[in-house]
Amino acid sequence: MGRITLDQVTKSFGSVQVIPPLDLTIEDGEFTVFVGPSGCGKSTLLRLIAGLEDISSGQIRIDKQDATHVPPAKRGLAMVFQSYALYPHMSVRKNIAFPLKMAQMDQAEIDRRVNGAAEVLNLTDYLDRRPGQLSGGQRQRVAIGRAIVREPAAFLFDEPLSNLDAALRVGMRLEISELHKRLKTTMIYVTHDQVEAMTMADRIVVLQAGVIEQVGSPLELYREPRNLFVAGFIGSPRMNFIEGPEAAKYDAHTIGIRPEHIAVAEGDGAWSGVVGVAEHLGSDTFFHIHETGLAETITVRADGEVGFNHGDRITLSPRTDMIHRFDASGLRIA
Amino acid sequence: MARAVTNQRKAINTAFAWAIGLLIFFPILWTILTSFKTEAEAIASPPYFLFFDWTLENYAVVQERSNYARYLWNSIVIAGGSTLLGVIIAVPAAWSMAFVPSKRTKDILMWMLSTKMLPAVGVLYPIYLIFIKMGLLDTKIGLVVVLMLINLPIIVWMLYTYFREIPGEILEAARIDGATLREEILYVLTPMAIPGIASTILLNVILAWNEAFWTLNLTAAKAGPLTAFIASYSSPEGLFYAKLSAASTMAIAPILILGWFSQKQLVRGLTFGAVK
Repeated sequence: MGRITLDQVTKSFGSVQVIPPLDLTIEDGEFTVFVGPSGCGKSTLLRLIAGLEDISSGQIRIDKQDATHVPPAKRGLAMVFQSYALYPHMSVRKNIAFPLKMAQMDQAEIDRRVNGAAEVLNLTDYLDRRPGQLSGGQRQRVAIGRAIVREPAAFLFDEPLSNLDAALRVGMRLEISELHKRLKTTMIYVTHDQVEAMTMADRIVVLQAGVIEQVGSPLELYREPRNLFVAGFIGSPRMNFIEGPEAAKYDAHTIGIRPEHIAVAEGDGAWSGVVGVAEHLGSDTFFHIHETGLAETITVRADGEVGFNHGDRITLSPRTDMIHRFDASGLRIA
Repeated sequence: MARAVTNQRKAINTAFAWAIGLLIFFPILWTILTSFKTEAEAIASPPYFLFFDWTLENYAVVQERSNYARYLWNSIVIAGGSTLLGVIIAVPAAWSMAFVPSKRTKDILMWMLSTKMLPAVGVLYPIYLIFIKMGLLDTKIGLVVVLMLINLPIIVWMLYTYFREIPGEILEAARIDGATLREEILYVLTPMAIPGIASTILLNVILAWNEAFWTLNLTAAKAGPLTAFIASYSSPEGLFYAKLSAASTMAIAPILILGWFSQKQLVRGLTFGAVK
């Protein structure tokens, strides 16, 4: 079981409060992603849950037990670090076995669990190597192996894929998702990459300056962002924001429209502009359009190959049912 | 564009490096050669390089006149003792500064280093008086303490730099994995710190071994290490170059051999902090 509850948790470093009072419940078996720009407090929050930092006030409960003052090792959580944090002087086998050895488990059980984890993670051939002899992806697998052998109540991942190259990152992302489907253990995953958040999460927690901006499933955040920050942060390329008379037409201070909800054409359309940069990806085409009179740049995503290029004058047709409206304070208007 | 290095250039660089190396090594080589000459050959002009009557006479005389073994033993005790004592004090100090730094940590480190900028002779008088008062003059324990204090800033700095290279996340991982503080130190920290501690010990043994200012000023016959042994042969009354060379060779041989066998650690020790 791994239900984690944060109750009015705060964290201050000296006189600086990085986490104002915060409430959050992570359900058992849920894959929760903390996402936000760097410095938003997401890693700090994870470290508070892990027990690596002490909270300044409030309470943390793990499975209804007060864990506020429980040391990290006794919380039953396992953590995977961005830098892998493997023990460089130990073999892969000893790295994975380390938490079990610390728990004074008997050797036969240790061997059984280490071999089991190695098999799941394709590390069987590497058990006698040192971390220095492994690639980045293999090291991260060892770190995950060290976490799963403990059979923890929850896994904590602190930007585990940031040090990997793009191709490997996509592969590891899938592996972690599959691991979650198989183990059905609570996972909390910190990332600044909204694509990782969208693809992996059951529930996303969007953070900014230590404050939770919104909690919801990926599609909830995509469809109904609660404010301008979430609207701009979730979705790639990011949502276009338009202020002024065009927004006033919709009784809003700001309107937002996602690039994929605008059609480009020659001839008639609601708006018009000149193509600045066209990015042809084959599967999609992204247009960055200037001189619309609405915003400096309007980004549009078109399916497949669309043949407009730099300097072409085109018209834009937004899907009016997909326009998000925000008031002057940046909050969503229902 | 990558810099193209031709074979010719490589050869020139190699020759140049050898030339510099020989230039630095030449005085030691000359000392060793001279130690095998007679006194007359040692001062001959033009000097003999290799073609002279090789003799071990100087070594025999030196051995006969003074007790080399006692000086050697003093050197071992003073260099080893001061380094060991220094490391025992410096490990916890560097440890706490590296892993639980405070606002003043940088200042403390700089302050410790600043004591190395003071000319040693500036504190000779007070230390000499303290030594007289405490009856430490010409004792090994006195020199162990002084040399430890002289080298302590360097030991702390070196260890601090090594400890800083141990990523904090690894220690956090150990804590999450259930290691107690004792287990964390035993299984994770110490194995990772040993190479750094070894380099530090090695470099400081060499520094203490070669230290001459304090060892000459604070010792007489009893506690004098090998530096005093050499000095006793630089006599103003006569020219005993060959015997002086024999004494020097005997004094530097142990540390030269130690240095030769631990070149790798030494280079790492000397460039500490500069490369990861």
